[in-house]
Amino acid sequence: MRFSLHGGPCGHSCCLRVENVSVTIGSDPILQNINLHVHCGEMVALIGPNGAGKSTFLKTILGQQEYDGIIAFSEPGKRSKKPRIGYVPQSPAFDPSDPLSVADLFACCMSRRPAFLGLSGSMRELVAECLERVHGEDLIDKRVGTLSGGELQRVLLALALEPLPNILILDEPLSGVDIEGMENLMDMLDEIRKTYDLSILMTTHDFSMLDRYADQVVLIDRQVLISGKPETVLNSPEFSQAFHMKGGRA
Amino acid sequence: MSIWYAICDILPIPMLHWDFMKNALLALLLMAPLFGLMSTMIVTGRMSFFSDALGHSAFTGIAIGSIFGLAFPIWGAVGFSVMFALLFSYVRSRSNQAADTIIGVFSSTAVALGIFVATLGGGSFTKYNKYLIGDILSVTPEEIVLLALVLICVVIFWILFSNRLSLTAIHPQLASSRGIPVGLSQTLFTVAIAVVVTLSISSVGLLILNSLLVLPAASARNVSRNLKEYHLLSVLFALFAGIGGLTVSYYLGSSAGAAISLILAGIFAVTFGLRKVRG
Repeated sequence: MRFSLHGGPCGHSCCLRVENVSVTIGSDPILQNINLHVHCGEMVALIGPNGAGKSTFLKTILGQQEYDGIIAFSEPGKRSKKPRIGYVPQSPAFDPSDPLSVADLFACCMSRRPAFLGLSGSMRELVAECLERVHGEDLIDKRVGTLSGGELQRVLLALALEPLPNILILDEPLSGVDIEGMENLMDMLDEIRKTYDLSILMTTHDFSMLDRYADQVVLIDRQVLISGKPETVLNSPEFSQAFHMKGGRA
Repeated sequence: MSIWYAICDILPIPMLHWDFMKNALLALLLMAPLFGLMSTMIVTGRMSFFSDALGHSAFTGIAIGSIFGLAFPIWGAVGFSVMFALLFSYVRSRSNQAADTIIGVFSSTAVALGIFVATLGGGSFTKYNKYLIGDILSVTPEEIVLLALVLICVVIFWILFSNRLSLTAIHPQLASSRGIPVGLSQTLFTVAIAVVVTLSISSVGLLILNSLLVLPAASARNVSRNLKEYHLLSVLFALFAGIGGLTVSYYLGSSAGAAISLILAGIFAVTFGLRKVRG
């Protein structure tokens, strides 16, 4: 199945449309008939217990997982040949011993010049500009492995925003970040989506921020159990059943 | 080669009076940057054990090439190693077992097959010893030319692909989201290691090869803060150990390969002690 280039038939300008998406790995059905619409400028939180298929769903959106169904992207007034996805991976996947500076990480992603030769002046300026968006100018020469959870998320966010994507996908951005860092990060995401009218899809195990920031919460456990406004989903019997009875972090 | 010999003759270094030492030094000056560079990606991509397995498969390829009477068994070995690398990549991508387990399966199979083929019909294993232990002092001008060509190809490959390979080794999912074909990048690098290891093994042997493919970057990693320092230090450590090991072996009459490996191990120990200075 390939990405469709057409927008959805929903009322709002629809940035990401997922219809009847199913994923089976071996004989194990990981996701079944997932339906989800993310509108422009909307922040959608994907929640679910461990093993619910959240990571598989993100991999599917990123084009790294075979699936059945429809995944379509569109921009209002435009048609892009291929959706540009800004992806912020889960931070612990970085090896703390890697001799990789923040500038190197940007150069590997954005520059044709080999990063091991050092950054050109113009590339260094561009990296500084990108980091400025997330108030992280002072992080440019730090080693990625020495960054705190919050700093790393800001760096990865800055990277995901260059070039400006159609949709921003974040995998557990709040894990490993302290309370103050969480608020800063969510404020920054809120500011970014308003500034750039950017759609955001994120997975999270932390529900304390959802009321304030998310427009839509989708609870999945291999299939969509319930979706809607944060207060609707967080107070639903489906939510209690999924987390309290299965021992998840509520 | 004559220019190199003339330069060596001008230098007031007694050990360079001998042609075999001139050849060995030139071979090491070519190998150090070659393996110093490749070492960085092998260590970052956690492929140290894999390069070792490839060395064994190269030996198997040479044994098979000899049995079938190829004029140049080394090209048979290149073909076998590339096939081995591709098969390994295929199995790794489709197995849920850990990479080191899959490498163990392939490595032991390659060694067993090599010894089986080499000793088939009561054949002697002795003639294959040079591929295992290696003797840098017996490197020929033809082998040096081959090393130079391999170095040029690797430098070009590095300039074109190192950013993509680095990102793939550091974070495959992030690389994929940036449009990098992760599977193709990994396979390309795997094949490149296979070709370089196999073409080098006949002149330097498995011992130097493995120490040069892992230890320079492992040491550089202890004290580097960015990719520039990582690559630079890895190449410098390989050069220092290569020249130092050759000199030590000349004056003490020991194996050059073992001396190079021990100096690299010493560098690792020193940098391990200094690792906190990088921050």
